[in-house]
Amino acid sequence: MAERAQPVSLRPVATWPGTCAALLVALLVLGTLAAVAMRAEGGSGLGAADWSALRFTLIQASLSALFSVALAVPVARALARRRFFGRRVLITLLGAPFILPVIVAILGLLAVFGRSGWLSDLLSLVGLPPVQIYGLHGVVIAHVFFNLPLATRLILQGWQEIPAERFRLAAQLDAGPKAIWQLLEQPMLRQVLPGATAVIFAICLSSFAVALTLGGGPKATTLELAIYQAFHFDFDLGRAAILSGLQLGLTVMAALLALRVPVGEGFGGGLDRMVARWDGAGTGARIADTLWITFSALFLMLPLLAVFVSGAPGLLHLPASVWSATWVSIQVAVLSTLLLLLVALPMAASIALGRKGLGEIAGILGLAASPLVIGTGLFVMIYPVMDPVVLALPVTALVNMVMALPFALRILVPRIRQVMQQNARLALALDMRGRRVWAVVILPRCRAQIGFAAGLTAALSLGDLGVIALFADPEVATLPLQVYRLMGAYRMQAAEGAALLLFVLSMGAFWLLDRGGRFHAEA
Amino acid sequence: MLKLEGAVIRKGGFDLSADLEIAPGAKVAVIGPSGAGKSTLLEAIAGFQPLARGRVLWSGVDLSGVLPGKRPVAMLFQDGNLFPHLSARQNVRLGVEANRKLTSAEEARVAEALQRVGLKGLDDRRPAELSGGQQSRAALARVLVQSRDLLLLDEPFAALGPALKAEMLDLVAELAAESGATLLMVSHDPADARRIADQVVLVAEGRAHPPAATAAVLDNPPPALRAYLGAG
Repeated sequence: MAERAQPVSLRPVATWPGTCAALLVALLVLGTLAAVAMRAEGGSGLGAADWSALRFTLIQASLSALFSVALAVPVARALARRRFFGRRVLITLLGAPFILPVIVAILGLLAVFGRSGWLSDLLSLVGLPPVQIYGLHGVVIAHVFFNLPLATRLILQGWQEIPAERFRLAAQLDAGPKAIWQLLEQPMLRQVLPGATAVIFAICLSSFAVALTLGGGPKATTLELAIYQAFHFDFDLGRAAILSGLQLGLTVMAALLALRVPVGEGFGGGLDRMVARWDGAGTGARIADTLWITFSALFLMLPLLAVFVSGAPGLLHLPASVWSATWVSIQVAVLSTLLLLLVALPMAASIALGRKGLGEIAGILGLAASPLVIGTGLFVMIYPVMDPVVLALPVTALVNMVMALPFALRILVPRIRQVMQQNARLALALDMRGRRVWAVVILPRCRAQIGFAAGLTAALSLGDLGVIALFADPEVATLPLQVYRLMGAYRMQAAEGAALLLFVLSMGAFWLLDRGGRFHAEA
Repeated sequence: MLKLEGAVIRKGGFDLSADLEIAPGAKVAVIGPSGAGKSTLLEAIAGFQPLARGRVLWSGVDLSGVLPGKRPVAMLFQDGNLFPHLSARQNVRLGVEANRKLTSAEEARVAEALQRVGLKGLDDRRPAELSGGQQSRAALARVLVQSRDLLLLDEPFAALGPALKAEMLDLVAELAAESGATLLMVSHDPADARRIADQVVLVAEGRAHPPAATAAVLDNPPPALRAYLGAG
């Protein structure tokens, strides 16, 4: 009974709540798109600036994906075949950028690679000019910072899924590096790389906060940023709508592409497992692996270190606006997390009980939904009725929830499926009914996964700098938006202090919820 | 009386037909080769497998369309008989009533059942903190408070050692005798059947045969059973 869908009457919990939740999410994503499309009819077609935004979006996403994956291959190989002190920490750290607020990372990257950053200081010692981080290469560096770890985890997973027996066999055959490459590594990479590249490409297409801070100007504007500018500076809803349509077409195509090629989870457990290896013992391989591991560790940790170093002094004199923004952010994150659990839990149960279609729809919508497009749609819908600013915070929480939903489902569905396989029959035999099944069986047994999903959502929501920029007026801001405003006002010390606060806040929220779920939980 | 009337159970391109009656209070061993459909037969009686044709009746009442939890059936599976995150007592409580809190009289029944199976003092432990035998006892305590007319065992003691398994089967026989429940148990081992069953249902070649006296069947097995038991 494990493989096949249950007969309708033998489902221990109803699947309609999950179906309804999925429909609501689909309605939100597609309804806002429809609202945008209706508005776009009155638009004036695409101008030169819009075409250049489209071109820049594609170029930066391609470059970011290519660099992330190309650099990740040697890093993943080094991690797969070397045992060293701190390996586990480094692999855990590879998961961190996922919940790291973009604006925090930007400040860290600026401190390292910026005009007056550490690297420029170093260069000036030998008489070289400072590096320039704004523009295309800045955007790409930031995207590689975020996606190199993801690519490394995906590729490392591929490496670890090569059965240990094959390495043993290769060792017995005395296969050299070239033979191992041809026999084991190249076939694996051919399977893993297209998926990793496609996913990162899709992620970078929707880049907003990075382009907002490091790009800008006619030469470095992504479509999402162009939507924001059409809104914010020109209040040209028709043009925002056309750009949104363009953006959506792009992300849907990328999502379909990404879903056609198989992709691993990227944040599953077990990556710190070691497969016994006998290859790579040569001096050249050792040196190369050491260099790659050092490079990746420095590239990831220096910006984070910089956030602490440059943020600590400002932490003591944070302006009042930062504290009120912090309070706003906490409220948004709490609301967003609650909404997520309300939607994701019934949906996950429905998918686990055999409603596969729901899962696929959620997957496509999750990858294709763009916060700015949903935001634009909601704005267009709310605008005639009331002042959108009033709804800025609930709308932000709602959009954050939609963004976190696909990740939450990937965490929750396998566990609920497992619990159902183990306990559904017993619950049925005891005549346990829907809500009791949730209260007595599902929620307690999925506590760890619920905590993980909630922590992820809270952290993503706390760090999000997207739709809030559309809606907020000068009076209201979330913490990431406040950091951005302080940067824009050249109050760097306050911005860096607030960024450190934001960093601690989102990591703390994740840690608290994740730990809370696992505290005293069954093994 | 349990009656299977022209019943056909279809599972993965395989049909099992059953046309038989089992007297109330009987203790029946269901034996036959692996994959013959012994578990499938019990699952159909418990309501986990739909019938393609025919009916299952208890005391003349058609059970088709009755949900598993509403049937006069308590069943022990090969595994998953206890919720791993709940204590023994919490698990037994669910047998009395899964959808609400218990009254104090019902709590007393829970305590009594735990004592009856010899788990007094261990009732706050979770399954993982109990031995295999103690887990079986906790599951039996739950079955006891369910006080259903039909008790179906799908080899719940398969993972236990021979001595412990015999002990559990004796306990089951005692409990069934006390409550007057009708017992159907799947078994691989003719010795188990001899130990507690007075009748045997042979499941082989797509058919569940009507019950026959245990000793008679095992002493003089029909060809299908002889092939399974081996020469002898």
